[in-house]
Amino acid sequence: MNVALAKTGSSRAVSDLFASAEGRLPGSPAISAARRQAFETYERLGLPHRRIEEWKYTDLRALVGEVLPLATSPDATALSKAADAVKAHAIAGACRLVLADGVFAADLSDVKAIAPGVSVKTLRETLEKDAGDILETASTDAVISLNAAMATDGVVLEIADGVQLSAPVQIIHVATAASASAFTRSQVRIGKGVRATIIESFVAAGAQAYQVNDAVIVSIGDNADVAHIRLMDDAADAVNITSHFVTVGANTKLNFFNMTTGGAVSRLQGLITLAGEGSELAINGVNLLKKTEHGDLTLVVDHAVPSCTSREIFRAVIDDRAHSVFQGRIIVRPDAQKTDGKMMTRALLLSDEAEADNKPELEIFADDVSCGHGATAGALDDTLLFYLRARGLPEKDAQALLIQAFVGEAIEQIADDDLRAHVVGVAERWLERRS
Amino acid sequence: MALLEVKDLKVRVEEREILHGLTLTVNEGEVHAIMGPNGSGKSTLSHVIAGKPGYEVTDGQILFRGEDLLEMDPDERAAKGVFLAFQYPVEIPGVATMTFLRTALNAQRKARGESEYSTPDFLKKVREVSKSLNIPQDMLKRGVNVGFSGGEKKRNEVLQMALFEPSLCILDEMDSGLDIDALRIAADGVNALRSPKRAMVVITHYQRLLNYIVPDFVHVMSRGRVVKSGGKDLALELEASGYTQFEDAA
Ligand SMILES: Nc1ncnc2c1ncn2[C@@H]1O[C@H](COP(=O)(O)OP(=O)(O)OP(=O)(O)O)[C@@H](O)[C@H]1O
Ligand SMILES: [Mg+2]
Repeated sequence: MNVALAKTGSSRAVSDLFASAEGRLPGSPAISAARRQAFETYERLGLPHRRIEEWKYTDLRALVGEVLPLATSPDATALSKAADAVKAHAIAGACRLVLADGVFAADLSDVKAIAPGVSVKTLRETLEKDAGDILETASTDAVISLNAAMATDGVVLEIADGVQLSAPVQIIHVATAASASAFTRSQVRIGKGVRATIIESFVAAGAQAYQVNDAVIVSIGDNADVAHIRLMDDAADAVNITSHFVTVGANTKLNFFNMTTGGAVSRLQGLITLAGEGSELAINGVNLLKKTEHGDLTLVVDHAVPSCTSREIFRAVIDDRAHSVFQGRIIVRPDAQKTDGKMMTRALLLSDEAEADNKPELEIFADDVSCGHGATAGALDDTLLFYLRARGLPEKDAQALLIQAFVGEAIEQIADDDLRAHVVGVAERWLERRS
Repeated sequence: MALLEVKDLKVRVEEREILHGLTLTVNEGEVHAIMGPNGSGKSTLSHVIAGKPGYEVTDGQILFRGEDLLEMDPDERAAKGVFLAFQYPVEIPGVATMTFLRTALNAQRKARGESEYSTPDFLKKVREVSKSLNIPQDMLKRGVNVGFSGGEKKRNEVLQMALFEPSLCILDEMDSGLDIDALRIAADGVNALRSPKRAMVVITHYQRLLNYIVPDFVHVMSRGRVVKSGGKDLALELEASGYTQFEDAA
C-alpha cells in the first residue's frame, strides 16, 4: 500500500478551495503572495481538532468537516433578499454597513450618513490601493490563516480622535448564498477620547448551511469610551467562526457584549490586550443554544500593563442536546501590578442531554493583583418554577421568565436603554422559537 | 356544589405517607381555619391543592366546583381560581415584581378566555391594592421578593391575592413573621376580599390571627388527618388546652 502516492479526496478539496477563489481575491501581487503563504499554513494545519488545546471542546473536523467554497458575489436578487433581512435586524438610528455574502453592499449601506470624523472604506479597496498589514495577525491559528488567505471584503472603519458618535455604527453580515462560505475581515481603529458604539450583527436572508469566517481587528486609543456589541443570529444550520483581536489604550472603557442565538457551530475567539494603564474592560456573553447547536466563546484577556480591571460575565442557556463552551484565560504580565480581573460563568441546563464546558485559566505573573473566577451549572430551580406556575404561568412561560432573568444578568451590563431593549428582544424571540 | 371537596385524601412524599385520609369541604363564602401541630401536614395539604410536584396522591380526590383538580396543571388551577399564599414565598432575582404580576395576571386571564389588562388599568389596580396594603411602589420595581423582609414577603402574597381575585384563597401561616401592625394590615387586606363568592382556608398556629380573620369553621389537623371540626370557639379551646388531646385521637 502506498499512501503517499495520491492525495485523498478531502485534501484535494482543500486546495481547490483556494485555487478556485484566487482570481476573485483582491490585492496587489505582494498580497497575493501573502495569501498563498497563509493558505499553505492552513493546508498544513488543516481544520482545528480536539488535540489542539485551544480547540479541545470545539473539534471543527468532527463538527464541520469541510470548508465550503467561496460564495459568489451577490446578484440583484440576492441583494434584495439581503435588504429585507437588513431591515429586520437594523438597530434604529444606527449607521448601517452591510456585508452580503462577504461582499460590501454599498446600496444597502448608509454610506451617505457617515458621521464627520468617521472614515469607512472596504477591505477590498484597502487591499487594492495600499497593501498595509491588514492581513497580518500574531496568530498561528489555522482558521485565522484561512481567513487571511481568503478574506474577500470587510469594513475598514476609522474614528478620528475626539469624535463623539451619537448614533451606533452597525455592521450587518447577511448570508443569502446557501452551502457557501463568506470570508470577511474588518479593521476598526478608534482614536483617543472617542465615544462610540459598534454593533455587529450576523443574520441569514433565507440562506442555509452556509459558513462564515470573520476576523475583526480593533484598536482603541486612550481615554475612549466604547461599547462593542455582537449579535450572532445566524441560520440554525450555519457555521460561524469569528476571531477578534482587540488592543485597548490607557484610561479607556470598553464594554463588549456577545450573544449567540443561532448557528449549528459557532465560535467567537477573542484576544483582548489591555495595553494602557487604568482601563476598564467589561465582557459579557450570552449563549442561547438548542437542538444540536454548538456555541463556543473563547476569550483571552491579556493584562499587559498595571492598574486595569476586567470583568467577564458569561451566561449559557442550553436546551436539547446543545453544547456550550466557555474558555476564559486571564493573563497578568509581570509588570501588570494592581490588576483586577474577574470572570464568572453560569450555565443553565434545560435538558438532561445539554452539555456545558467551562475552562477558566489564570496565568498570573505579577504579585499585587486580585483575580478570580467562578462557575456554576444547573437546571432551573423547581421551587421558583412552581411558584410561577401556581400564579398562573404555563410551564414554558414560567421557564421563559426565569431564563430571561438568568441571561438578564449579562444583558443588563449594556448601558444604552434602546440597545439593551433590542438585545432583550432578540433573546425573547429565541425563547418564543423554543416554545 | 361545594367549591372545594377533599375526600379521603392520602398523600405520600418520598415513600412516606403524610396525609392519611383527609376530608374537608369548603363552600363559597366560608372561611375555614386549619390549626394543628408542626408537621401535621397542613402545608402538604395546601401544596397538593395547588399542584406542587413531588407529592404522590395514592388515594382520594380533590374536586374544585366538581372538577378533578388533581388532573390539572398548577397554572390551570390558578386560572380556575385556586390561590395559595405560601408559608415561605420564594425570591426570584431578575424578575421585576411588576413584570411578574402583569405576566401572571394576564396568563390567568388568557387561560380563562378573558382579554388582557391594559397597562394603565393594570397600573391603577396595582397602585390601589399596594397602597391599601402599605406596600411602597419602589418595592414593586425590585425582583420578586428580593430583599423583602419576612413581613413584606407575606404582604406581597396578599397583594397578589387581591390582584388575581381567586375564588379559593389558601393562606399558609400568613401571620408568621408579621409584627402586630403588619398583621392587622394584612388581615384587613384579606378581610376586604371576603365575599359570598369567595372562600378562604386560613392555616395558622395562633388564635390571634383568627381575631382579625374570624372563621366560620375551625379544623384541627393531627398526623395527616382532620381530627376535629367546630366553630370559631374551637380555636380558643385549643389555645387553652393545646394539641395533646388530639394526638391520641389521630
Ligand atoms: N419534601 C418532603 N420530603 C420529606 N418529607 C416531607 C416533605 N415535605 C413534607 N414532609 C414531611 O411531612 C410532614 C408534614 O409536613 P408539613 O410541612 O405539611 O407540616 P405542617 O403541618 O405544615 O407543619 P408546620 O406547622 O411546621 O408548617 C413533616 O413530617 C415533614 O417533614
Ligand atoms: Mg407548614
